[in-house]
Amino acid sequence: MTEARLPDADTSIAGLAISLRDVTKAYDNGVMALGPIDLAVRKGEFVALVGPSGCGKSTALRVIAGLMAPSSGRVSLAHRDDDRLPGQGIGFVFQEPTLMPWTSVRENVRLPLRLAHAPASDSDARVASALASVGLAEFADSYPRELSGGMKMRVSLARALVTDPEILLMDEPFAALDEITRFRLNNDLLALWRNLKKTVVFVTHSVFESVYLSERVIVMTQRPGRLQAEIRIDTSAPRDEEFRTSAAYGEFCRKVSAALAPSYAGQAAL
Amino acid sequence: MSVTQHGRAPSRPLSAEERAFRILRILLPVIVAACGTGVWELVVRRFAIPPYVLPAPSAIFATLISDWYVLFQSLLTTLLTTLEGFIAAAVGGIALALIFNLSKLVEVSLFPYAVILQVTPVIAIAPLLLIYLPQQTAVVVCAWIVGFFPVLSNTTLGLSSVDRNLAGLFQLYGASRWQTLRYLKLPTALPFILGGLRIAGGLSLIGAVVAEIAAGTAGAGSGLAYRIAESGYRLNIPRMFAALFLLSLAGIVIYALLALVSHLALRRWHESALGKES
Repeated sequence: MTEARLPDADTSIAGLAISLRDVTKAYDNGVMALGPIDLAVRKGEFVALVGPSGCGKSTALRVIAGLMAPSSGRVSLAHRDDDRLPGQGIGFVFQEPTLMPWTSVRENVRLPLRLAHAPASDSDARVASALASVGLAEFADSYPRELSGGMKMRVSLARALVTDPEILLMDEPFAALDEITRFRLNNDLLALWRNLKKTVVFVTHSVFESVYLSERVIVMTQRPGRLQAEIRIDTSAPRDEEFRTSAAYGEFCRKVSAALAPSYAGQAAL
Repeated sequence: MSVTQHGRAPSRPLSAEERAFRILRILLPVIVAACGTGVWELVVRRFAIPPYVLPAPSAIFATLISDWYVLFQSLLTTLLTTLEGFIAAAVGGIALALIFNLSKLVEVSLFPYAVILQVTPVIAIAPLLLIYLPQQTAVVVCAWIVGFFPVLSNTTLGLSSVDRNLAGLFQLYGASRWQTLRYLKLPTALPFILGGLRIAGGLSLIGAVVAEIAAGTAGAGSGLAYRIAESGYRLNIPRMFAALFLLSLAGIVIYALLALVSHLALRRWHESALGKES
């Protein structure tokens, strides 16, 4: 592996939050999962990664998060000066809520601060504000099993936000939810993004979700995942229910679907 | 953002049917015990069976009262042995599982011997232990041998059952080994550990009894198992039954206590401790 996670020269110059250069990932069994890919995400940008299942979108996210080392290439992330502690700059939301069932919502959200040995007085306030930002302030003492699927996902989101990270990485977070709940969480996520100005990389297999949420949709190919196309969702329309039913939205969805079609070529039997 | 639905279901009063079922669950076993004892008593009286062949429940109960002091002292001795063996099994089993979890090399080196210790019948090991160790120590070691393996294997299983994504999260936030153990592995393993302890409680009693019988035939000891052996030689069959009754009772109480501890520790989050309706 070469030069993984080296200095942030790449990111600091261009105002980038994330920069991947020639990144590949091969699994131990020799299967190429990813790349090579180049990806640059501006600070404060909302980028969606779409692609067929197994195309390496989740792998890309894990490589960015540092949960996996790239086999080759270079990953650099923007750091704030006060990020002394590992992981503080990144919030990660998994496909499942991934909560600790044995403890309360409050303690689940507190976990990243606890692991960073943050002082209790400071972390109490942060936990409360993170829970309030996802609308769960009154559920702090509940246990995860007492919550619905959508609420668990909100807790997971609050936990990712509690360290006030620069970058939010989301791995198909709403895939398992029913449509109404997903729409609500989409809107809530957009509101949070506008208020908190995070950089978001959102992995999804839903064309409609990717267009609704992001400023830029990146379409990936079949494994090993590469970047197939990039579609800017450059609309000035506010992202709301009206946008979801507008002709412009339909046109963007058609473009993304068309870009995605080659990735499914050869899978005609499906 | 607002969330209107409420996660916690309101606790509703039990329906009449559920209440009746709860009462039946206690009442039915009691009725079975009463009937069995009644038939036993009647058969013994009707056929005038001598007490050295089969004592009537009333005779056993009378012996329990008249010999209470001796039996109670023996009960305490056996319980103390069981407790010492159980604590040693719990501490030893959990500690060894933690070491195994930290070092694969240690696990590979030692695990076969833990299995050998488990599969060798304790009744065959007891006489040897009695040769090399002071009697009280040997008895406790027997209780430990049979109790520790379920704790070890359950804890090992529990420590390796960690959710992969949660492990990834801990890695992302730079958790130390100690933090991962304290906040992730041990809570994950807790239901498994408690299950192991529940088995170990009953087994420690069995180990203690086996060792007492082995030691008793060597001519010493005053536990309940020794009382049973001794009463057998003296054809004091009612006392044998009385001692046996106390042993069963001790086993039931040990199990109930450990089940209670397990329930209290898990009731807020683990499926095993939750009612069906939630």
